[in-house]
Amino acid sequence: MGYKTKKKLLTGLTHILLIICVIAVASPMIWAIIASTQSPGEIYSYPPKFSLGSSAKRNFGMAWNYFDIGIMMRNSLLIAVIVTAGKILISLLGALALVYFRFPLQPFVFFIILLTLMIPIPVIIVPLFRFVSDIGWGNSYWALTLPFFASATGTYLFRQHFMSIPGTIAEAARVDGAGPLRFLFQILVPMSLNTIGAFCVIQFVYMWNQYLWPLLVISGRRRQVVQVAMRQITTVGPDGLIDWGIAMAGSLIALIPPLIIFFLLQEQFMRGFALSQEK
Amino acid sequence: MGTKFPGKLYPLLLLLPTFVVIGLFIYYPMYQTINMSLYKSLFMGLRQIYVGIENYIELFTSPAYRQSLVRSFSFAGLVVLFSMTISFLMAILANQKVRFARFYRTALIWPYALSPAVAGSIFLFIFNPSVGVLNYLLESTIGIRPDWISNSTLAFAMVVIAAVWKQLGYNIVFFLAALQNVPGDIVEAAHIDGANAFQRYWKVIIPLLSPTGFFLLTMNLIYAFFDTFGLVDVMTRGGPVDATNTLIYNLYRDAFQYSRTGFAAAQSIMLFVIVTVVMIVQLKLGNRTVYYQNE
Repeated sequence: MGYKTKKKLLTGLTHILLIICVIAVASPMIWAIIASTQSPGEIYSYPPKFSLGSSAKRNFGMAWNYFDIGIMMRNSLLIAVIVTAGKILISLLGALALVYFRFPLQPFVFFIILLTLMIPIPVIIVPLFRFVSDIGWGNSYWALTLPFFASATGTYLFRQHFMSIPGTIAEAARVDGAGPLRFLFQILVPMSLNTIGAFCVIQFVYMWNQYLWPLLVISGRRRQVVQVAMRQITTVGPDGLIDWGIAMAGSLIALIPPLIIFFLLQEQFMRGFALSQEK
Repeated sequence: MGTKFPGKLYPLLLLLPTFVVIGLFIYYPMYQTINMSLYKSLFMGLRQIYVGIENYIELFTSPAYRQSLVRSFSFAGLVVLFSMTISFLMAILANQKVRFARFYRTALIWPYALSPAVAGSIFLFIFNPSVGVLNYLLESTIGIRPDWISNSTLAFAMVVIAAVWKQLGYNIVFFLAALQNVPGDIVEAAHIDGANAFQRYWKVIIPLLSPTGFFLLTMNLIYAFFDTFGLVDVMTRGGPVDATNTLIYNLYRDAFQYSRTGFAAAQSIMLFVIVTVVMIVQLKLGNRTVYYQNE
């Protein structure tokens, strides 16, 4: 066999293997999409129907209205946006202090912030839950957002980025009489948009996918986030039995926002991943 | 003029929001966790009595907790093993210079955006013993209809499979990035020296990827221990008969269903120790055996 034929065969094999992988990765989702369009009768038919069914409108409508996923989507969106914005703001201020000021115990302060990486929420969840209940934040957005506001990752990333910006820029800003905050928002932030964008997409998806904490602090559906709805739609249906068409429709709805962000902002994602590895 | 702004109070003011948040919502609860772990709750949490290290003794002597520990470590081990191996092989494939390479990459990593809860919901349907597509395929090919929900071993396997699938995208991203950073001339040199494809991967490329490997190992362990809560809660609620009751799920049940807050707090400390050990091992080992491009 000549070199060329061998190479062609190898390329063909690579394509075939890649296509198998792509299908294997996508197949649960494809099946969920098919089921989300089927009526209970179609889902319970044997052998199962591998074609789109007749009940897409009903399933998505029931998920949206009967299971209040519409309301929960709004809640999730609100919370993810608030937390992402809060994290960015607070981390930017912290990084500004760490890079452009001199104050006592600076390394120690930075260390204390970084140390929070070792304490994931589940480790402190029992007293944290009690604490937010004691101060009257039970079932509120305060409890759902504020505990997430500080970000060691964010402070670290912005600090690294600020340190890579030439010192002459800060000097020039000071000569021009800019105060620290004006320097931050008019000069540093525009120079950091890439880092902020990368941080933004990662944090948005992270917040969107939160499950345990909302499950604990929010009772009832009106303020609940959409992830927790997965618990309910896979337990009961409108007639008592689980309605898998509705359940799959609900799962797909909950998946759409992070997926859209992923496909639209893939570059930011990749940059965010690269940054997260540096820690 | 220097690059620093003057003022001693100003930077503290800038750091104040960070410190208020981490103080109130991380360090104070951390202190409280340690404190609580020394108390026992009575009457469904209405009374607390000081018991010293009794909760910790229970942690090490309770057969149920020990089982949960073993279960959690096997779960984490299986998830790490399979998700890292499969994603590494997929990343090698996706790294080949073929047409549509960009499409293949995107099509392999998008499940990253999925949450554990949504993955749980979809897999619960696929594994459903009566209407799930998996059992249809198994029955029509090899004639079996396993009961993934009520059989302990099968339920555990089901949760492992869902957890592995959900993590593939994340791992592929990092493996791909690392593979693309492998210096071509080193691989070329190995090729010229007569190393075949397998040897090139085993002897040259994998050692070069070890920093990423260690990083992913840590992230996958943390994922398996903590982030799979939503997956377990949606799919099995820790059942059947504790078969999927991992450490985090056990903690949740003791704290919020059985009101055994003291015992739950001791479990939290146990989880904290696990995270700390994993991170320290990563820092130490990750720095020693790895290859740095700058050296």
